[in-house]
Amino acid sequence: MRDVIVVGAGGAGLSAAIAAAERGAEVLVVAKTFPTQSQTCMAQGGINAVLKQNGDSINAHIEDTLKSGAGLAEPEIVKYVCEEAKNVIEWLDSIGTPFTRKKDEIAQRRLGGASKPRACYAQDFTGLKILHTLYDRALKLDIEFLTERFLLNVILDHNGETAGITVLNKTSGEVEQILGKCVVLATGGFAKVYGKFSTNSHQATGDGIGAALRAGCKISNMEFVQFHPTALYSSSVLISEAARGAGAKLINQKGERFVDELATRDEVARAIFKEMENGNEVFLDLTHLGEEFIEQNLPQERRLAVIYEKQDPIKTPLKIKPAAHYTMGGIDVDLRMRTSIKGLYAAGECADAKLHGANRLGGNSLLEVCALGRKAGLEAADEASAKEFPKNRQYEITKRDSAFIKALFTLPNKIDFVKKREFLGKILYSNAGVFRSESGLKGVLAELRQTQKELSFMGLKDRSLRYNTELFEFIEFGNMIEITEALLVGAINRTESRGSHFRVDFPDRNDRSFLAHSVIWKNDEGVICAEYRRVKEST
Amino acid sequence: MKIRIRRYHPSFEPKVKLFEYEGEGSTLLEMLENIKTKDRTLTFNKGCRSGICGCCAVKVNGKEVLACTYEPKENDLVEPLSFSENIRDLVCSASHIETLLKRARAFLEKPSNKKQDEENEKTIRKQTECILCSSCHSSCPVYEVNKNFLGPFALTRSYRYVADIREEEKREKIEAVLKDGIWDCTLCGNCTEVCPQGIDPKNDILMLQGYAGRFGFQNPNLSSFGSFGLDF
Repeated sequence: MRDVIVVGAGGAGLSAAIAAAERGAEVLVVAKTFPTQSQTCMAQGGINAVLKQNGDSINAHIEDTLKSGAGLAEPEIVKYVCEEAKNVIEWLDSIGTPFTRKKDEIAQRRLGGASKPRACYAQDFTGLKILHTLYDRALKLDIEFLTERFLLNVILDHNGETAGITVLNKTSGEVEQILGKCVVLATGGFAKVYGKFSTNSHQATGDGIGAALRAGCKISNMEFVQFHPTALYSSSVLISEAARGAGAKLINQKGERFVDELATRDEVARAIFKEMENGNEVFLDLTHLGEEFIEQNLPQERRLAVIYEKQDPIKTPLKIKPAAHYTMGGIDVDLRMRTSIKGLYAAGECADAKLHGANRLGGNSLLEVCALGRKAGLEAADEASAKEFPKNRQYEITKRDSAFIKALFTLPNKIDFVKKREFLGKILYSNAGVFRSESGLKGVLAELRQTQKELSFMGLKDRSLRYNTELFEFIEFGNMIEITEALLVGAINRTESRGSHFRVDFPDRNDRSFLAHSVIWKNDEGVICAEYRRVKEST
Repeated sequence: MKIRIRRYHPSFEPKVKLFEYEGEGSTLLEMLENIKTKDRTLTFNKGCRSGICGCCAVKVNGKEVLACTYEPKENDLVEPLSFSENIRDLVCSASHIETLLKRARAFLEKPSNKKQDEENEKTIRKQTECILCSSCHSSCPVYEVNKNFLGPFALTRSYRYVADIREEEKREKIEAVLKDGIWDCTLCGNCTEVCPQGIDPKNDILMLQGYAGRFGFQNPNLSSFGSFGLDF
């Protein structure tokens, strides 16, 4: 029995756990993988904060964030996060984060969409170094970890409040019940629904959003998916924006340039996608930057391009494509990171705190995981201190989940879910990706609903309970199907273009109808319901 | 292309068996995924696919690599890491990481009033690129004789905080790595050779020994040689 259970051990989860523990709460961190394997380690660019007022200002950071969010970032949360940013950097510095320095000051660089250089960084390892420092801090505080546990469901008490979670012990294959007063979901995003067309880790399958949706939570703005313009063509491994910032050119196979390389991510992604639709191939040309520069600034990218694409960026332009990179939507939370269920919080990419709106600004996601992860941890600790433990008994859902896992092994193996998953990624990329239209989206939705019906014919070939990776991937696939439905419904209903969401049949922004968050939940019969909530007026 | 994989399942007989597979892929991880489309029971971990999350380290022909950045060759022998509990096939437990880091007290113990500057950051830049993949741990021969050895990644991380200007309690950090720690390393350099991030734990251990000397701690192994020790 714990005061606060944090699910997920990336930047948001660790920040929440540390904050809650420092507040005096008994904390348990439960995670699908070992903490430092979380996707936070893949963040390269930086973490935004206005450290000094010389030339830059918190207001400018707020303005940039709101502008990028295209009307859907809520001014109140944006203001909170931008004002908190300096504290976050000072806190990260105080626990040992090795930021890159200029003399004795933390260095800052300019990322796309920022009016000033305000991203603090640690070479191209910003996420890695922050994540590992947070982990070290959590060990110092003696925070307890339970890893290799796959989140299945949120347990609700008879009064509808959070009582804990059910997890699959990956090693034993057993379902376990973990009870606590409050739960913070920090389980990451879901861009991996785009399969091979995503820059994300294999683990980014939106398990926490699926669990929240099943528990009755509202989720919001699921249609907003950021596509990174330059992922390697065959592997979708990311080539950092730093390349274009340094002068890399985008060309087609005829050697023609077709877009301003320094335009926003969504504009560049659309221009590249259009070239590809016209039958062209697109390349990122770094050859003129020279070996020394590439070795200094993009050594990882060079190595990966050589391994995956058999192309050395020093000698030849790299074949690229846009790929799904970040999901702005997620579990609907308020300013205190509370979901619509009492005692249940969410933070980080799995949550929609309305900080990014319709498109996220580079450098704001690491800021979000730290600032709002801490917020969630503090809020959960405070709520827990004034609350009784849930009754220590076996909850109905734990029995149901155990039965469910057993039942999965009895399903007939008529349809291969791995092939279905691959197909889904492909049609999502073509029809619910950079460009969208009603007919394309509805086609994918029909296919998705068909797949939903077929799930009970997709049995497992691996019959072992012990560390059954096919089983994990099958449950992940179930979560992906569940939340992709929300993505598609959101994208179909939003008959306008805004931020990362571009409808070829409705190419204009329509504030009269859609200056609003799309909110989705499941009713008692499991049917998807949707409504719009107007953005609050700036005060 | 053909590769061999040493597979393990605790409730199968025999528990360990060598399998041969045909498959393809630019990286070993892609090849494992390709093989898994045909044999769903093959068990391995996969994460970032770009060499930064550290979940897919395995041994190939006896040497530790990250599956996602290693280019497979004909007839390669793929095995799980050594010295951590093998769970199934190529998957090993990572629980030793937390235990070792805690014992080494590899975190900022007490912040000093000093600000980190450019020079100090550069001193620990390489060490803070560690991805905790356990390759070094698996390559370390000390574990053959001493299961309690703190090992390369935990000692590198200890050094990373000892050398950090923001750490006030350097002596306490050193005290934590004396037993089953800095003096037990044979300085063979395996760890340095296999590190996918180019970190040099061997050198970090030597640096820690230097700090220990400055705090008046002696290598206990020397005292058995009579006149080399201080106790004679």
